[in-house]
Amino acid sequence: MMTFASLVERFYAAMAAWGIPWIVPTLVVMVIVVSVVLAYISVAAMFMIWWERKISAHIQVRYGPMRVGGWHGWAQSIADGIKLLLKEDIIPAGADKVVFVLAPMVVFGATVAAYVTIPWAPGLIVRDLNIGILYMVSISSLVVVGIIMAGWSSNNKYATLGALRSAAQAVSYEVPLVLSLLGPVMIAGTMSMGKLVEAQSGRWFGILPGWFVFPQIVAFLIYFTCALAECNRLPFDIPEAESELVAGFHVEYSGMRFAMFFLAEYANMFVVSAIATTVFLGGWHGPWIPLPGLPREVAHGLFGLVWFQVKCYFLIFVMMWLRWTLARLRVDQLMAFAWKVLLPISFANLIVTGLVLVLGKQALLYVGGIVILLLVAILLAARPAARTVRVGERT
Amino acid sequence: MTLKLGIFYFLAAFTVWAAAVVVLGKNIVRAAVALIFCFCGMAALYVLLDAEFLAAVQVLIYVGGITILLLFAIMLTSRIGVTTARVVNDQVILSAIAAVGLLVGLIYASTSGIPAMSGPPRLPETAPFLGRALLTTYALPFEAVSVLLLAAMVGAIILARKE
Repeated sequence: MMTFASLVERFYAAMAAWGIPWIVPTLVVMVIVVSVVLAYISVAAMFMIWWERKISAHIQVRYGPMRVGGWHGWAQSIADGIKLLLKEDIIPAGADKVVFVLAPMVVFGATVAAYVTIPWAPGLIVRDLNIGILYMVSISSLVVVGIIMAGWSSNNKYATLGALRSAAQAVSYEVPLVLSLLGPVMIAGTMSMGKLVEAQSGRWFGILPGWFVFPQIVAFLIYFTCALAECNRLPFDIPEAESELVAGFHVEYSGMRFAMFFLAEYANMFVVSAIATTVFLGGWHGPWIPLPGLPREVAHGLFGLVWFQVKCYFLIFVMMWLRWTLARLRVDQLMAFAWKVLLPISFANLIVTGLVLVLGKQALLYVGGIVILLLVAILLAARPAARTVRVGERT
Repeated sequence: MTLKLGIFYFLAAFTVWAAAVVVLGKNIVRAAVALIFCFCGMAALYVLLDAEFLAAVQVLIYVGGITILLLFAIMLTSRIGVTTARVVNDQVILSAIAAVGLLVGLIYASTSGIPAMSGPPRLPETAPFLGRALLTTYALPFEAVSVLLLAAMVGAIILARKE
């Protein structure tokens, strides 16, 4: 969007005209941008928490929060937030205090840092790095470090177990996650988030939108699965499995520090959905009309902003839906799934994508997709059927 | 330029401090955590040198992969977190000589301007350049390293399988 960038430019020019050193307007812009992002994260996380409670309630045929604030308990998250702020901050006597205090900051900081390269709308991006997608993936991998720090420093067996599981899970699922993102990067020939979105502006066969999800459906499914694991969401929530580990790595945290973990978890859900939206679902692309009384760029930008949010929150809805529908995987199933199923498929996807890009026209990408789907079917059929044990059945 | 220099000194001090905690820390888990900060400082220094791709890979591989595996191994080892590690061993004099020698060599190299230490060429985007260089000019070393890594992986699997 022209307006955002030009606004900043105009601000810089005005400041330079007044003879103020460049560091001052730069800092002002930085502070404003960070404030906006932090405000967005807080409000979005509060909304998502309320939304998740509502979705879970409706899936379980009940109402969920109904009282606070009047309409369907919309103020429940605000009330909970205030409660968490006012709670006593407890650090266990046996904890490693420095690491204990540092852990939520690492988790939250790493999550917020990933918002730098989210392309909200045409031209509306904090910094369109050349290595955008790689930056996001690598900075999000720091979240696990914070989780391990939290788990170990709590000096609690449940917390340490949760941290261990989290480490194993994160290291395993990061590999297919990065490999699945490489397919669209190869097609677009860039890692910049802005250019990835622009590369999806065309149409496939003149009807389908030019999103990478169509030729890269396999990569999209792999990415989404791994993203669930990265967020520690069900069915991959063994690091904090309530029924076996109490709450996993954040057992000993209370008050504001717990709130930081909670906030970061939901902020991270938005980050992985934003990556999926940008790379596979066409980012801010969508039908738009020029609004009366507004310049074309502004109207396009506004529609882009809305489309991006709609796609992101749809993916978040799917994540919540899965959480309340699926059962938790066992640790060994989790590992076997990552290394024996997801990794080979993502390699196959990468090879087929490369071959088609070198040898054939774009239309061949579909052929590649079908070949991979067949491979998946063969792989799944060739695997020995998992022995299911029903409730009440003797083993 | 002065601001960049200031940032460099800050990052360098931070990285060296973190490295010192890694080496001198008595608690092995804290040392591993400090290693993470050390790697992050290094990544920031890479960014300062216009090598963003290297910085991102540094964080992804070293912080997100290797250090997490380190922490994983530490936590699997029973009671290692509560015992204090020995910081100095018998080879302290030998290693001190090696460290001083390296320091002198580095100071000599940076003051006499050895060609390899001059500034890198400015590139608008490093990732495509790196990819092309790795698969054309430096294809043979790249393949050699790949084979080496593969051999290491096979070796690790054989060592881990007790049969």
